[in-house]
Amino acid sequence: MEKSIYSYIEAMRDVIVENKDFLTQLDAEIGDADHGTNMARGFNAVLDKISENDSDLKEVLKKVGMGLVSTVGGASGPLYGTMFLKAANAIKEDTINSNILCQMFKAALDGVKERGKATKGEKTIIDAMEPAYEAFVKAIDSGGSIQQALENAINAAENGVEYTKTIIATKGRASYLGERSIGHQDPGATSFTLLLKSILENYLK
Amino acid sequence: MVGIVIVSHSNKISEGIVEMCREMAGKEQKIISAGGLDDNSLGTDAVKIANAIEKADSGDGVLVLADLGSAILSTEMAIEMLLDSSSDIKVKIADAPIVEGAIAGSIEAYIGGSLESCLVKAEEAKKFSKLNK
Repeated sequence: MEKSIYSYIEAMRDVIVENKDFLTQLDAEIGDADHGTNMARGFNAVLDKISENDSDLKEVLKKVGMGLVSTVGGASGPLYGTMFLKAANAIKEDTINSNILCQMFKAALDGVKERGKATKGEKTIIDAMEPAYEAFVKAIDSGGSIQQALENAINAAENGVEYTKTIIATKGRASYLGERSIGHQDPGATSFTLLLKSILENYLK
Repeated sequence: MVGIVIVSHSNKISEGIVEMCREMAGKEQKIISAGGLDDNSLGTDAVKIANAIEKADSGDGVLVLADLGSAILSTEMAIEMLLDSSSDIKVKIADAPIVEGAIAGSIEAYIGGSLESCLVKAEEAKKFSKLNK
């Protein structure tokens, strides 16, 4: 990962802004129609708080987490905020290698599950994030490169998004819809998958 | 005295509830609004809530009344952030309707109730019948 952490956050912002209307549309179908707007506002605000010269990964991830917490506004604020803050806390040394990435991913996943009191199968971000984490670790453990691990993680996350179309929402605003939430993909699982893709794209640039 | 924090997606709602609570509350009583985002859009902000909790505390703890969804998540996040910054403020979130719970909780605080009893009073508001049926 020779690219600056700033370039990764910028790539995330870009993919969210590009898909702002799409995410909001998904949320309009089963939620309160603000996911795209909220996430775009959050990532735009976050990018203003960091600079291209920032090189301390831990510090940048903390700033991103705190920024999202105070500017996203919806449930994605504390959820994505926790994701970045927990990933930051998992960094114990200066060098970043694939093992530390696995630990960061694990800490982020556990943090989001705890914050949202969610498990797999409830039509949430976890349905993309948990399989993505498992695929990522599996690839690294079997000697795969970071690129392969990211590709597998994205693949698993995309399958997770497809899976959210088949199940009933039991968390968040969508749970009011009960069975009518079937057939719609979860906005949070979708935005997470988009973020993973932006990481890989930037990595390969 | 126990402090009260009102968390809503809408700043108008939280300000309005503080105003209603103030009618019955003591002058010195701390009832703090933490609603909406800084740019006035609808939403909840854990940093704003954490600051409100610190402002509301005078040593006896703080009761938080929140509306729904991310208001609860953001409040939980705010409490965790305060713990991480080694704050020792006692905080409880009431599982109560926000308006009725806030009024019941702030009156209990006004008459000197503990954080626990403010919590109980606020949560009892859930069962309060408005139509006396």
